[in-house]
Amino acid sequence: MPEVVVPIGPHHPALKEPVNFRVIADGEKIVRLELDLSYNHRGIEKAAEQRNFIRVLPLLERVCGICSHSHATAFAKGVEEIMGLEIPPRARYIRTIIAELERMHSHLLWLGVAAHEIGFNTLFMWSWRDREAVQDTLEEMSGNRVHYGMNEIGGVRRDLTPAQIKTALARLPDLEDRIQKYVGMVNSEETMLIRFRGVGKMSREEALKYGAVGPTARASGVDYDVRRDDPYLAYDEIPWKVITDNHGDVYGRTRVRVGELWESTQIVRFCLENIPAGPVRVEAPKNAPEGEILSRYEAPRGELAHYIRTNGTDKVERIDIRSPTLANWTSVAMCLTGQNLADIPVIVAAIDPCLSCTCRMVVVHRRGGRAVPGTAAGESGHDPKSRQDGWRP
Amino acid sequence: MAVPGNGISRRLVSWARIKSPWITVYNSGGCNACDIEIIACLMPRFDVERFGILVRGSPRHADILIVTGTPTLKQASRLRRVWEQIPEPKYVIALGACGSSGGVFRGLYQVVDRVESVIPVDVYVAGCPPRPDEIINAVVRCIDLLREDTAHGGKEWRQKKPLPAPVPGEKSPAEVP
Ligand code: SF4
Repeated sequence: MPEVVVPIGPHHPALKEPVNFRVIADGEKIVRLELDLSYNHRGIEKAAEQRNFIRVLPLLERVCGICSHSHATAFAKGVEEIMGLEIPPRARYIRTIIAELERMHSHLLWLGVAAHEIGFNTLFMWSWRDREAVQDTLEEMSGNRVHYGMNEIGGVRRDLTPAQIKTALARLPDLEDRIQKYVGMVNSEETMLIRFRGVGKMSREEALKYGAVGPTARASGVDYDVRRDDPYLAYDEIPWKVITDNHGDVYGRTRVRVGELWESTQIVRFCLENIPAGPVRVEAPKNAPEGEILSRYEAPRGELAHYIRTNGTDKVERIDIRSPTLANWTSVAMCLTGQNLADIPVIVAAIDPCLSCTCRMVVVHRRGGRAVPGTAAGESGHDPKSRQDGWRP
Repeated sequence: MAVPGNGISRRLVSWARIKSPWITVYNSGGCNACDIEIIACLMPRFDVERFGILVRGSPRHADILIVTGTPTLKQASRLRRVWEQIPEPKYVIALGACGSSGGVFRGLYQVVDRVESVIPVDVYVAGCPPRPDEIINAVVRCIDLLREDTAHGGKEWRQKKPLPAPVPGEKSPAEVP
C-alpha cells in the first residue's frame, strides 16, 4: 500500500496546543512522524537578555504555565551560584515545598489528560478535582493559582505563616488517600491496563540513545533524577526515593508518575514539618560577576537546563533554555513508528507534552529576508510568501 | 440575528443560543496557564456545564472564541482563519494580560502584541492567568452582550462612531489658551 501523509494541526479538535504533526502512514501503521513545534515561538530568550534580574524572573515564569516555578528556580539558582550567594535554609525549604506542590499538580493534571485520551473521563474528573486541593494550597502560600512569583535572586519573596503550614498539613491526609487510590487503580483498572500496556514501548538503550528525560526515561529503567544525582535546594536533607519502572511503555510511565505523586506528598509533609526558622532572603548584589553556568533542575517533565552567561552587568549576556519536553519529542517520534494510528494521542500524551516551552527555532529566509520560525523550508515546506490568506502582520 | 425571516423561528434560535453558548479555545501563543485554567472551569469544582456552556474543538460549532496568549507572527494568520470559520453571530474573548495587551511578552520580536490587532475582541479579561471564576464571568458577560445585540438587531449599535472631522479654521479645545 502506498504511504499517505496525514496532517494534524496546528488547530485540531484533539490538540490542546498548537503543533503540527505530519504522520506518514502505511494503512493503519505509522511509518514516520514529522513535527513542527514552532507555532508558539515568542522570543523569550532574546527578551531575557534585555531585562534585569528583577524583571526577568516573571518573564521566565511565563515560559510555561505548568512548570513556572521550575524555570524561575533554575534561573535564580544559577545566578545565585555565579554571585556566590548562599540562600537561607528556610528559603530553600519553601522553594522545595512549592516545587513539589507544582510536581503534584502537574502529575495530577497529566493523569487526568491521559485518562481523557483513552476515554476514561471519570478519572479525568477525579484527578482534576483533587488537583484543586493542591491549587488551593499553592494559592494560600503564594497568592496565585498558577504563576506563583515566589522566587527572587537571594531567596523567596513570601514567608510561610504557621497558619498556612497548618492548613496545608491538614489537606495532605485527604490527598494521600486519593493518591493511594490512584496507585491501586493504575495496577488494577481494566480500562487503563488494556489501553496502556505494550503501547509505545521504549527500551533502556533507546531511552538513553534518544536522550529521553524525566518520567519517560525512568519508566524505561534509566535510574536518573537530578534531585538525587546533582542535589539542589533541600533535596539532600529529605528522605525520598527515585521511582523507576521496567515496563518501558505508557503503563510504566503512568506507574512512575503516580509513584512520584506519592513521593511528592511525603516530601511536602517532611518539609512542612521540619521547616527551619530564620530569614527567607539575603540581600543580593545588583550586578552578577562575569561567569557562565549550566543550572539543572528536575521539572515535573524531566531535566530542565538553563545555560546562563553573565558579563558583570545586571542582565544576562545569554540564556539558553533546554526544556524537558524538547528532549522527549525524539523519543515520541521513535515510539510511534510501527504503532497504530489510533495510538497517537496516548503515546503523545504519555510524555506530558507542553509546547509553549519547546518552540525555539528561527530561520531567516535569505530570499525574502523575513524571519520564519520553524523548519529550514519555512512552514512545512511552503514558501511563506506564496500564502494566499490575505492577512499578514 | 442572522436567521432569516422573523417571528417564531428566529426567536427560537436566539433563545437557544443564549441558553447554551458553545465555546472554542485557541492558544495563539501564550504560556498554557490560561488554557489550563479554562480546562479547570470544566471540572467538578467550577463546572461550567451547569450554565449550558460547552467547550467544542471545532470553530464551526462555536459561538464564542476564547483566545489565550499574545498571537505570534506564525499564529496570527491562523487565528484569523479560525475566526473566519465561526458562524455569525460570533464573540471573542481575549483572555489574560497577554491576550489583552501583550503582558510580559509585549514588544518581543515574534509577537503581534495583542489579539485586537488580528481580530475584533468583545470582552477582555485581566489577570495572568485569570482565575476560573473570572473566565466564567467573561463568558456570562458575553451572553449579556449577545442578549443586548439580539434586542438591537446586530452588533452595529455598539460600534463607536468615528470622531467628526475637525472644522477648518476652528480651534480644538486643547489649543484654546
Ligand atoms: S496571560 Fe499570563 S498566564 Fe495567560 S497565557 Fe499570557 S502569560 Fe500565560
